[in-house]
Amino acid sequence: MIKVSIKNLNLFYNKVQALKNISLDIEKNEILGVIGPANSGKSSLLRAINRLSENDYARLSGTIILDDTDIFTIPINDLRRRVGLIFATPVVLPGSIHKNMSYGPKLHRRFKGSELDEIIFNALSAANLWKEVKDRLKDSASTLSGGQQQRLCIARTLAMNPEVIMMDEPCSGLDPISTAKIEATMFELKEKYTFILVTNNTKQAARVANKTAFFLAGELIEIDKTEKIFTNPADSRTDGYIRGKFG
Amino acid sequence: MKDKIAEKLLLFIAFSAILSLLLITFFIFQQGIPLIFKVGLSNFFSTHWAPTRGNFGILSMIIGSLMVTAGALVVGIPFGLACAIFLAEFSSPPIQKTLKPIIELLAGIPSVVYGFIGIVILVPFIREHFGGPGFSVLAASIILGIMILPTIVSISYDALLAVPNTYREGSYAVGATKWQTVVMLLLPAARSGIVAGIILGMGRAIGETMAVIMIAGNALKIPHSMLDSVRTLTSTLALELGYATGDHRAALFACGSFLFLIIILLNIIAIKITGRK
Repeated sequence: MIKVSIKNLNLFYNKVQALKNISLDIEKNEILGVIGPANSGKSSLLRAINRLSENDYARLSGTIILDDTDIFTIPINDLRRRVGLIFATPVVLPGSIHKNMSYGPKLHRRFKGSELDEIIFNALSAANLWKEVKDRLKDSASTLSGGQQQRLCIARTLAMNPEVIMMDEPCSGLDPISTAKIEATMFELKEKYTFILVTNNTKQAARVANKTAFFLAGELIEIDKTEKIFTNPADSRTDGYIRGKFG
Repeated sequence: MKDKIAEKLLLFIAFSAILSLLLITFFIFQQGIPLIFKVGLSNFFSTHWAPTRGNFGILSMIIGSLMVTAGALVVGIPFGLACAIFLAEFSSPPIQKTLKPIIELLAGIPSVVYGFIGIVILVPFIREHFGGPGFSVLAASIILGIMILPTIVSISYDALLAVPNTYREGSYAVGATKWQTVVMLLLPAARSGIVAGIILGMGRAIGETMAVIMIAGNALKIPHSMLDSVRTLTSTLALELGYATGDHRAALFACGSFLFLIIILLNIIAIKITGRK
């Protein structure tokens, strides 16, 4: 089943074209890895899917379909609840861990009694963070380590009960152990969610992604099963990038 | 060699600026404080001001100053904050580049012009529609509220811009609207800067003289409503200093000392708040 379907997507910042006629489908409950050198349009793709690019004064053409609905007909806060985005540098909000977790859910509806605490517990557990923070929910979120902060961001997104989770180089600033923890979390969560993982680390895509897409200078060069991309890519540029010849 | 001379010269000029502040402080207090001790605090803080007959009560003026300032804040804070929020969060860069200098231009308009507009438009309007003499706390509050707008707007705007962009994106990414982001995240994060802007605006409102003299009515009594006329501390100084002698003159300096203390205090609070991060 196709979760997100992108057709003929073009994206411009002023006169610069960041995405050139992109068409691709993302299957439900799979992890799509997106690789490519800097300025290849990977982040622009994610920001187009949850319409964050509108804040950058970007111009879009083409269609993006979530389930069966054009995303431009979905109310923007609803869309962003359904399609979560996790940034390269962990974005913790000022205030306590608890406040970080309750911020998103509280935007969308009111909660009674312990309902909110339950959501927070489930989300933090799913992000493998509960054990580390259960005694310090009132502490400032900025006192957490980098890896913990990133898992907090994942938990915060999970608390929104999203359908698609997009990650923009989520491990770029993290040590190998924290990276492994986040990859393990993704693996566990794959059954419930659909992931789009932008990464500069091709090995990470090879480890976790079902499918991998290679972007270069705003174009989608190829998209295929991860094993295929990493063993026998159709395009020589993909091969060159994976072997570290450029980018 | 030339460098050394320039350095020494600049140092001298910088110190003379500080020196003049110290001299002003010393002079005001030296002229004013002895009178307070001479007549006693109970006389000085009474409501009866007849300095030629030995009554130096400035309480009604203090209340006048406070009422006018509070009124100015009631007018200035909502408008100023709304302006700053619109400029920083809701307008596109070209609009920001046009509107911000225009708002800052408000600070460059001489206060006598504000007073003039007040007399010509606001005072008759209040007299006709709300009653009373028109020269009133209300008129002064509205005009002062407009006068402190540039201070509140530009400092709050800077405070909002100083909030890291990652906070906004993090908030949008969990589905917050722009307005929710402003109310729940940006205003709390920029709180210290905004409060500092308000306090500096408050200092400006307390210190403003010309516009207030022209439209507040200058009646020496404790006002009972927003439509009564009042006299502020600054108005008294400006109106009476020209002919005052002896104890009367000293009493005006005592007023000045009191005003000076309030303004220094407000500035210290503002600096403390912005410095605390």
